[in-house]
Amino acid sequence: MKENVMRYLYYPGCSLEGSAREYGQATEALMKALGVQMTEVEDWTCCGASAAEARSRLLALALSGRNLALAEQMDHMDILVPCSACYLNLAKSNIEIGTDEHLRAKVNEILAEEGLSVRGKARPRHLLDILATDIGAEAVATGLARPLTGLVVAPYYGCQCLRPLAAFDDPENPQSMKALIEATGAKALAWPMGAKCCGAALMNTKPEVGLTLTGKILENARTADAIVTVCPMCQMNLEAYQKKISKRLASDISISVIYLPQLLGLAMGIDAKELGLDSNLAITPDFRRFLTATTAEAC
Amino acid sequence: MNKVDQVPAAYRSNAEANREMDDIGRMIRACIQCGTCSGSCPNEFAMDLTPRRLWRLVLLGQEEEIFSSTTFCLCSACYYCTLRCPRGLPLTEAMYRLKQAAARRKVKAYRTSEAFYGSFLESVRRHGRVRESEFMTLYFSAMKNPLLPLRFASLGLKLMAKGKVDLRPPSRGDMRLAALFDKVARLESRQLTRNDR
Repeated sequence: MKENVMRYLYYPGCSLEGSAREYGQATEALMKALGVQMTEVEDWTCCGASAAEARSRLLALALSGRNLALAEQMDHMDILVPCSACYLNLAKSNIEIGTDEHLRAKVNEILAEEGLSVRGKARPRHLLDILATDIGAEAVATGLARPLTGLVVAPYYGCQCLRPLAAFDDPENPQSMKALIEATGAKALAWPMGAKCCGAALMNTKPEVGLTLTGKILENARTADAIVTVCPMCQMNLEAYQKKISKRLASDISISVIYLPQLLGLAMGIDAKELGLDSNLAITPDFRRFLTATTAEAC
Repeated sequence: MNKVDQVPAAYRSNAEANREMDDIGRMIRACIQCGTCSGSCPNEFAMDLTPRRLWRLVLLGQEEEIFSSTTFCLCSACYYCTLRCPRGLPLTEAMYRLKQAAARRKVKAYRTSEAFYGSFLESVRRHGRVRESEFMTLYFSAMKNPLLPLRFASLGLKLMAKGKVDLRPPSRGDMRLAALFDKVARLESRQLTRNDR
């Protein structure tokens, strides 16, 4: 019995403590419901986001390397990472540190100041990878308590959980969310935008460009009731600028945007509050009504 | 006096700059100018130079044209070009190298991005984990544009209504990662000195 318990190290990353705290709440609640154990990487710090590599490659490697070193000190388990940018930083640095001896020595010279050292033998994995590959849609179907029948969901993967590593899905035409969404009783929208870029930090530094990219995604999701995401940056871009984009397009593109573990958690009967749904910025009245109706049915 | 000290400072920084561009050139030397990168780039519509042209200029060493263009500032690291490049070149990484080079050269077009990333990293240096509201406060003060915060006001209010704004004022923190940042800077300057010799 004990061997059957799935265990992972957990690297939440900074945004899951701030603007994306509902992503953290939902991930923790869902994993608990699925009987998956997570142990937070002790004393973790920022992975560098996209900022470190825009300044210095060595800084980016050192920031990620520090967290990899901490993980390597703990039980040798896969690291569950919900944020796509954290995931890619940790996974890429892990490969580079593991394969380039010269680089590894340099990173270790930096980490030695704190008495840490890294080998590049950690195993960072994206939350979606673990949900789709290890846990599987059947586990969600088995625990189904509130079928989301009638809901149409647009799966949005974004970039960095898919590219450039292509670790668990087709980076051009990803499918890993489809079975998970269908296990909830909802319908997964077939659309061309799942792997397209939301503009990421350009929303702040070049807003015209960011709004154009995010606008295209929202426009294409018209026939869906909700978009699901697996990255705090994508989530923020898709949920926070809907009014502005509706004005630009002279057409209402408002739609609910929720994190994948929130969708799966709702279907498994976890309370919306526990999934942090109150913290989302874009939940439409229709979506709320749908939830109330399905809760009543479940009772 | 060692050899390095005999090299005039201007020459030294020039050599450093050239080496940096040579390194980026080496990363993309096998470019065949097919244009797959331009065709794959979601932000190409907003660029003054397509990625393909930019790579050609890198190979030709046309620094002035490279850094007066905004192309590298518009890379959102979606990795489509890296994924699709038929020569398997690390194009997104090369874009990052251009951003690093632009930051060191204090290129004007890159000022907004550099202030944004710099403020983020400063908050990380102080606390180990980024404090989003401190990061934005630092960014506004770095940009010295009184109108800039207005652009973020509606987002700020939304986040505040959700209790997602960290109300702690910017602080020095415990300088959680200051030693790591310092060590990186020391190693980098040591490496530059060594390479110039």
